[in-house]
Amino acid sequence: MKNNRRNFIKLAGIAAAGLAVAPKAMASGGGHSPASVNKDAIHAKHWGMVIDTTKLNTEEAIAKLAKVCHSIHNVPTIPNNQDVKWLWADSYAHTFPEQENPHLAEEVHQRAYPLLCNHCEEPSCVRVCPTKATFKRADGIVAMDYHRCIGCRYCMAACPFGSRSFNWGEPREYLDLAKLNPEFPTRMRGVVEKCNFCVERLAVGKLPACVEASEGAIVFGDLTDPDSDVRKVLRERFTIRRKPTVGTEPSVYYII
Amino acid sequence: MLELALKGSKRYFAWVAFLLVLIGIGGLAYLDQLMVGLKTTGMSRDVSWGFYISQLTYLVGLAASGVMIVLPNYFHGYKANKHMVIFGEFMAIAACIMCLLFVVVDIGQPSRMMNLFLHPSPNSVLFWDAMVINGYLFLNLFVGWTCLTADRARLPHPKWLKPFIYISIIWAFSIHTVTAFLYQGLPGRHYWLTAILAARFLASAFCAGPAILTLVMLVVERVTTFKIPRNALKTLVKIIAYAMCVNMFFFALEVFTAFYSNMPGHTHPLVYLFAGVHGHHELVGLMWTFIGFAAISITMLVTPKLRNNMKLLPWTLVILVIATWLDKGLGLLIGGFNPTPFNTITPYWPTGKELLVSMMIYAIGALIVTVLFKVATDVKKEMGHSQKLPCGCSTEDGCDCAAAEEAEAAPAE
Repeated sequence: MKNNRRNFIKLAGIAAAGLAVAPKAMASGGGHSPASVNKDAIHAKHWGMVIDTTKLNTEEAIAKLAKVCHSIHNVPTIPNNQDVKWLWADSYAHTFPEQENPHLAEEVHQRAYPLLCNHCEEPSCVRVCPTKATFKRADGIVAMDYHRCIGCRYCMAACPFGSRSFNWGEPREYLDLAKLNPEFPTRMRGVVEKCNFCVERLAVGKLPACVEASEGAIVFGDLTDPDSDVRKVLRERFTIRRKPTVGTEPSVYYII
Repeated sequence: MLELALKGSKRYFAWVAFLLVLIGIGGLAYLDQLMVGLKTTGMSRDVSWGFYISQLTYLVGLAASGVMIVLPNYFHGYKANKHMVIFGEFMAIAACIMCLLFVVVDIGQPSRMMNLFLHPSPNSVLFWDAMVINGYLFLNLFVGWTCLTADRARLPHPKWLKPFIYISIIWAFSIHTVTAFLYQGLPGRHYWLTAILAARFLASAFCAGPAILTLVMLVVERVTTFKIPRNALKTLVKIIAYAMCVNMFFFALEVFTAFYSNMPGHTHPLVYLFAGVHGHHELVGLMWTFIGFAAISITMLVTPKLRNNMKLLPWTLVILVIATWLDKGLGLLIGGFNPTPFNTITPYWPTGKELLVSMMIYAIGALIVTVLFKVATDVKKEMGHSQKLPCGCSTEDGCDCAAAEEAEAAPAE
C-alpha cells in the first residue's frame, strides 16, 4: 500500500475510533483486580481498640499477647536496641509522658501498659512517606507495603509514639525458620514494619490476635458505629489516649 | 573544558590518587553495609536517623552558601565578587552531590530508590527535598559551566542565562528551607518543632558555608596562581560575621522560649544536650564546645583588628566551622530523637563503618571540588583573571606592584 495522505487519514480515523471504544471494551473484559473479598471478612468504617488496663496490666500478661502477635506475624526477637516490636509493655511514665502526675494512684503507676501502633486518624507517618509505602486504608487501618518501602525511616521520625521498627539487619537470622507462620510473609532487611491491626485476620473474619488472646481485656470494633462494642465501652468507662497534644487522633484507647 | 583537569602537576595527581584511595576504603565499608544492612551503623529503633542524615543537613548549608557570593554580584552589581562566583557555584555542585549520596547510603533499600519518583508523593517533604537538591545541582552545573565556557571564549555571559541565574539565587534559599521542613513539621519531635528552624538553618548555612568556601579558596591560593580579590574576601568575611551573629541570636531565641515557658517538651532536649538527664551526659562536653567556639569565633569576627588579620583568619573560620557542625551536624539530630517518644534517652554514636562510609562521600565531594576548581582556576589563569601579583595582591585589587617594589627597594640602595 502506498503511503499517501488519504491512507494516513483513514488509518488515523480507525485508530481514533479504536481509542474511543478501548476503555469500555477493557472494562467489560474484567480489567479489575482478580482478587475477590472473602465472604467471612469483617468490615468497619473505622477500626478502633479499647484496652482495659484494669484487667490487662502485668508484664507477663502483655508478654503473652506479644508472643502470639509476634509469632503469627514472624516478628524477630533481636536482643539489642535495633529490635523489632509490634506489641510490647512499658510503664505509665513512658506510655503517657504528658499525663504523669506526682501523686498518681500507686496501683495505676505500677501497672504495665500494652503499646502498639495507634492507627491514627491523622497519621503523621503516612503524611511524610515519600513513596506511599505506608498508607491509611478506607477502614482506618494504617498499613505498610513492605515491597515499596525504600527504608528512608522518615515515618519513624514522624511517629510520636515510637511504634515503628526498622529491619537494620536480616530479620530471618533472628527467626526460628522451623516455626514460621507460612500464612504471613517474613520481611527483608531495610524496610520498616509495625502492628497492622491484623488486617490479614480481619480479611477472613477473625479478630486481631491480641484481642482474641486478651480474654476480654481488649475490645475491638467500629468506632463510627454507635452500637458497636467499642463505642459501648467508650460510653461507659473513662478512657485516655496517648499524647493527645500531637493531634494524630489515635484509634487506640486506654481504660485507666 | 574538562580536559583541563587531565593535565596537572605531580602534586595534583598525588592528591587525586589520595582521594581515590579514601573513596576505595570507604567503598569497602559501604559494600559491607549493602550486604548486611544498616546494622553496621550506630542507629537504633529510637535514634533512627544518624550521622548520614545530619551530614545531609549540614552540606545543604554548604550548597546554599555560594549564593552569598552570587547574590551581591548579580543583585547588587558588587563586581568584586565577579571572579569568585564560579567557585561558589562549583562548590554547590559538589555539596549537592554529597547531599544526595548521604541520602542514598542512608536508605535501607537503595535498589528501590527510584520509588521516590515512580510514586511521587507531594505530601512528603522528602520528595520535595530530593526535587530541590537535584534542581539546584542542575542549575549550578548549567549556569557555572555556561559562564566559564563564555569566559574562556572571551565572550560576555549570554543574556538568556540571566533568568536561570536569578532562579538559582532564589532556589538556594529554597533548598535549605525545604531541608528544615523535613524536620520542623514532625509532631512530637520538640527540638525540631519550631518555626524558626528554617531561619536558623539559613543563618548557619550563610556563615558555615562561606567559611568552608573561604578555607578551600585559601588552599587554592597556595596551590594555584589564583588570588582572591581583597575586597571580595573582606566582604565575604563580614557576611560570615553577621550570619554567625544571627545564627547564635536565633539559638538564643530557642533557649528563651524553652526555659521561660518551662514547657517540658521544649526544655527536655536542651537539658539533655547541655546538662544531661537520667545519667546520660554523652553530648554535654561537645555542646559546650559549640557554645565556646561560637563565642570565640564571633569575638574574632566582630573585632576589625582580628577579622582583618589574614594569619588569624583561617583559624577563626575553622573554629566557626567546628562550632556550627557540632550544633547542626550533631546536636540538632540527636537532640531531636532524645528524649525518645517514651521520655527516655537512647545514646547514639556513629560506628567506625558509618564514619568510613561518610569519609567516602566527603572524599567524593573533595574530588569533585578538586576537578572543578582545577578547571576554573586554569581558565582564570588563561584569561589572567584575579591572578597573584608578586607583591601578594590580586590583579583585581588595582594595587601598583611596581611602585611598591620600587619603594621597598629604595631604602636598600
